[in-house]
Amino acid sequence: MTRVRRWLPGLLLVSPSIILIAVFVYGLLGWNFKLAMTDKHDEIAEIPGDFVGLENFIGIWSEERWGLSVRHAIVFTVVFVGGALVLGWFLAFLMEKGIRAESGFRAVYLFPMAVSFIATGVVWRWLMNSATGEQAVGLNRLFHYLGLDFLQWQWFRDPDFGMAAMAIPAIWQMSGYIMALFLAGFRGVPEELREAARVDGCGEWGVYRHVVLPMLRPVTLSALIILGHISLKVFDLVVAVSGKQIITDVPATFMWTAVYDSHDPAKGATIASYIVLSVAVFVVPYLIWDARKGKRS
Amino acid sequence: MAAVAVSVAGLLTLSACGGGDKQESGGGQAARKVEVFSWWTGPGEADGLKAMREIFAKQNPNFEFFDAAVAGGSGDQARALLSSKLQANQPPDTFQGHAGAELQGYIKSGKLESVNFLYDELKLKEVFPQQLIDQISVQGQVYSVPVNIHRSNVLWYNPSVLKEAGVDGAPATIEEFIGDLDKVKKSGKIPLSIGSQWTVVHLLESVLLGSLGTDAYNALWTAGADWSNANVTKALENFKTILSYAGSPQDDWQPAAKQVADGEAAFNIMGDWAYGYFHNPPEGGLGKESHKDFDWAASPGTDGTFMWLSDSFTLPKGAPNRDGAIAWLKVAASKEGQDAFNPLKGSIPARKDADKSLYQDYLSWDLDQWANSKLAGSIQHGVVADDQWRQAITDAVGLFQQDKDVAKFQQALVEAAKNSGQ
Repeated sequence: MTRVRRWLPGLLLVSPSIILIAVFVYGLLGWNFKLAMTDKHDEIAEIPGDFVGLENFIGIWSEERWGLSVRHAIVFTVVFVGGALVLGWFLAFLMEKGIRAESGFRAVYLFPMAVSFIATGVVWRWLMNSATGEQAVGLNRLFHYLGLDFLQWQWFRDPDFGMAAMAIPAIWQMSGYIMALFLAGFRGVPEELREAARVDGCGEWGVYRHVVLPMLRPVTLSALIILGHISLKVFDLVVAVSGKQIITDVPATFMWTAVYDSHDPAKGATIASYIVLSVAVFVVPYLIWDARKGKRS
Repeated sequence: MAAVAVSVAGLLTLSACGGGDKQESGGGQAARKVEVFSWWTGPGEADGLKAMREIFAKQNPNFEFFDAAVAGGSGDQARALLSSKLQANQPPDTFQGHAGAELQGYIKSGKLESVNFLYDELKLKEVFPQQLIDQISVQGQVYSVPVNIHRSNVLWYNPSVLKEAGVDGAPATIEEFIGDLDKVKKSGKIPLSIGSQWTVVHLLESVLLGSLGTDAYNALWTAGADWSNANVTKALENFKTILSYAGSPQDDWQPAAKQVADGEAAFNIMGDWAYGYFHNPPEGGLGKESHKDFDWAASPGTDGTFMWLSDSFTLPKGAPNRDGAIAWLKVAASKEGQDAFNPLKGSIPARKDADKSLYQDYLSWDLDQWANSKLAGSIQHGVVADDQWRQAITDAVGLFQQDKDVAKFQQALVEAAKNSGQ
């Protein structure tokens, strides 16, 4: 009886959120996977769809558009995650060196985070207008004024590196946040450790190389996961910048057209499943690592 | 996840509406609501809807018009919401849809009621062109009432840019067009302006029609159509050549049309809604003068053929207020209704007996063409291909824009036709 009294109130307290998450996150996830394994390729007709196993999951790889959107997502992820990490780290590094009016700079770099991807996208669509030469507007126009005409390019309409351009607004938006993470990480390195390293004859660079950077590893990992999962399911930014065009197609926009333009729920669910799985590839190892670390400590 | 969120949102708004309706009808003798679902919210089109609504109110004092318009050009958002409503079997009383194949999904799954009885009662078969009736009939049944007609195959051009380049007048054939594009290119201007991906699909339909001829084009949309023949290959080669003269893609059709109006580009192929944009005063348009600042002709090789698209209204099965919906359809089909709507929207009536004096400048040319041309249906705007097929064509065009591989493009179109089951 006393035992029950000990755990029951706690359970009652968390059970609403457990139930809500069970239904609206895992229940709907399960429903999505189930839909993805049927042949319900017609949204309007009232057919439940028969179970077809992994047919949709395999079949989609023979679609050229799918290959393209996966490639786009990879290019976007590499440029965005890499760019935001490097830029965020660099900004934090400068801050950490004790810049004057640091809090002012910190606020300025963090502000873009407060803007939604849609608003960012609308502004950058204009900045990244692909017209060149005399008709140039946005950044191409700026390059024109500066006499840097050779820098003008097609931005997100470039057939090969368009998605790299698409990552620029995302980097702009998220690097301030990454800076804040790293700054906290830098501050978490005890001054004694640095001094100990200096006493042992480390140069300033050596201190970073051998002391500070290794201690930033957990922060880097968190940043990587946060950026990675944003990147793999990017949708709003792409739609705001370019709409539903093949040239900037990513899995999430493909899913949108599959469901609402082709009226093919099974295909949409298949793409959604792949997006979830790709995010899981990022997140699950992190959770395992985190749980192990928790046990050890 | 986003898709799920959107459809959940759709259902929520839906149940909210449903609840409201019930309360209304419990109120007794009050006027019964007629929910009219459309995407007419922009300048011009919203005014046209309002004009029709006034006629409806005058003729039907016992019904109350309820405007369920969802904003968003070409109805993307509206259609997404609509399909979730119909799926839940909670249709609006009547909804706007492009006449033709776009409605086929709904027809096949039995969501729409045939309106043949209305065509008989109002003798609509006598006032709409026979070819139009043929092209929107499914096994002898008509499922919608067309309110207006837009033309897709229009070549817009800038006369002074053409003069500068030594081109006299609009090209009549695809070959002449390609020659003219080349001349413009040498003069240093953009030969052909294009917008986002859908405007390129729009260009494709005009090039297909111009290269294949009307009969061969119309045959592409019948059962067992042959998309793999050499004529289609030739048409796609033409498309590739024409695209190679295109300027850098603009954000949408307006900036592309503006390049022509501003004298930066020579040609643009766009539907006739571009006329309003060119001609209207600066709040909603560019305030340009027709035949001087801009001019138009049938797109190359399509003179004598009217590639049409049409907004129409339907009668969903299980409409909460069927009588109200029929009353609305009667207004939409009437001469009075169409003549009130179309001059404001910048389109022409589907009826042959319209009051010609209301349609000026481009619209009078348009009306004349409508009366005297063969008809062909638009791809991009939902006449000849249903949503799935159209999306497959759109994807093929998007991929072609990147790799410029005609053989692969044609193969994709063949597959699309085969999978359409139309």
